[in-house]
Amino acid sequence: MSLRIDRLSVDIAGRRIVTDISLAAGDRQFTALLGPNGSGKSTILKTVYRVHKPAAGRVLLDGADLLALPARDAARRVAVVAQETVSEFDFTVREMVMIGRTPHKRAFDGDTEADHAAAEQAIERSGCAHLAQRSFNTLSGGEKQLVLIARALAQGADHLILDEPTNHLDIRHQVQILELIAGLGVTILAALHDLSLAALFCQQAYLLSEGRVILGGAPASVLTPQAILRAYGADVLVIDHPDTGTPHLIPRRTRPGSQAPRHRPDIHGRRPDIPDIPDTSIPASPKEP
Amino acid sequence: MTLGVGVGPVGLSPATVWHVIAGQVTGHPDRTVAGIIVWQIRLPRVLLAALVGAALTTAGAVVQVLVRNALADPYLLGVSSGASVGATAVLLLGTFASLGVWAISAGSIVGAMVAMAAVFTVSRSGRGLAPTQLILCGVVLSALFESVTSFLIFRGNPQATQSVLFWLLGSFGLASWDQLPIPAAALAAAMIYLLAQARALNALAMGAGPAASLGVDVRRLRRNLFLVTSLMAGVAVAVSGVIGFVGLVVPHIVRLMVGSDHRRVLPTGVLFGASFMVLGDLLARTIVAPQEMPIGVITAFIGAPTLIVLIRRRPYLYGATQ
Repeated sequence: MSLRIDRLSVDIAGRRIVTDISLAAGDRQFTALLGPNGSGKSTILKTVYRVHKPAAGRVLLDGADLLALPARDAARRVAVVAQETVSEFDFTVREMVMIGRTPHKRAFDGDTEADHAAAEQAIERSGCAHLAQRSFNTLSGGEKQLVLIARALAQGADHLILDEPTNHLDIRHQVQILELIAGLGVTILAALHDLSLAALFCQQAYLLSEGRVILGGAPASVLTPQAILRAYGADVLVIDHPDTGTPHLIPRRTRPGSQAPRHRPDIHGRRPDIPDIPDTSIPASPKEP
Repeated sequence: MTLGVGVGPVGLSPATVWHVIAGQVTGHPDRTVAGIIVWQIRLPRVLLAALVGAALTTAGAVVQVLVRNALADPYLLGVSSGASVGATAVLLLGTFASLGVWAISAGSIVGAMVAMAAVFTVSRSGRGLAPTQLILCGVVLSALFESVTSFLIFRGNPQATQSVLFWLLGSFGLASWDQLPIPAAALAAAMIYLLAQARALNALAMGAGPAASLGVDVRRLRRNLFLVTSLMAGVAVAVSGVIGFVGLVVPHIVRLMVGSDHRRVLPTGVLFGASFMVLGDLLARTIVAPQEMPIGVITAFIGAPTLIVLIRRRPYLYGATQ
């Protein structure tokens, strides 16, 4: 149960969007794809699920060429949760989840007991049983994501690809969604926007910039102020999460003089324990790890 | 259906209608006036209306999935008027003459395909199809195609106003038995294909990306849906001219009734579309009797307000691009 991307390059409309990327999502691990907008995260994922064709390189599922498999067979191994907000057509939640059974059905096949059982179980596991009768279009953003996860679960795949599953969600739903998928026991490759949140859940992270991987490894080794500056051009502080010790990013203001004097007593007269700001003045070399 | 056959300038009771049909089927054709009216005039007309209603509904339901826009319909996208250009070109210029009786249908289908390709090409923006642009391009191109149709007809026969009305507003006035087989066969073939692909249609309704992730060969499915839409609109136009809004109104009502699962939408749509058109045709020929109203007038009276209500109620459809 592993997904490996091997020297992948992707062109869209004649432009190279992804250049020579290699990465691996290990067995039942949560692997995060991080990087600024336009760094190629979505393009990589869409190539894995066949929206884009690679210009070079391969996608390997347990060592076999995933893109050479028939689309149906691939869909039984790899399920996807992407951004889907407005559906033109009004499906109920249960119908949406049943659509996850598509790769298991041939022409004219009816829904079997097994299909209904898989859908029910998926609805149960993703905690959206209370929504089952609702129309998908009337759900909130967080509820929609739960349903899409249920659809992916009904698909019965052991690999799950997620493209910014927590976008536009409030913090409660962000945590709820990530807790849910981290607990599924499947191999996960997820593009995530919120770096601190990603660090809280993932075991592996890859940081992308301009279509290339600039760093990969444990979140603590990837999310350093230097790397963030290089990938995003943003000056941040990185502290340890008090509960988990995972890296947590704190943005800094950029206007000179906008920072409060350090070690100034707070309104209660206490002196906050602020860690030293690491030296971020590394030379900005945007290319190549 | 019985009602559609029975009502007309000469009123016939349902019993008479069934008596005539039974007589024909069992090999004892009824030679009375009533028998001829039923068998030679009314029945083929009603059957043709039913077939065209079913075909246009199917075309509408399919093209809506294809462009992921519940407001799409072969008429609004200019596909129907493109088909009418093809059909009139065949009639007046003798293109495809070698195909004999199939010529008008073939011309019509080709016209529909060209129109659809044109609308897609013109409305394709940087990434994907913007719903607003698609409909606007469709309406504009449809006006252009209608002019071409009218031009072709007047060029052929300057006194042909009646004929222009037929092609632009539709009518079942020329229905006869020999017009039935082509649309019937096309509809049957399309329905078999679509029912086999009904799950894939549901997946495609989620969008191209999700459909691909569900194991659907999106490129091939889209190409085939493109062909099915052209085929359905083409055969319908070839026998009845351009009848608007049916592909918009009927799928919408059907989705309200049975939900969006295409395993239910498609068969229900065929039945509902057929009934809708038979009743529409009934109105068309009784409302101003003994004159006959073009069927397109009736469907526009029902369809245009429906479209406006749909736009008003779901404004995001029009503003939104995906």
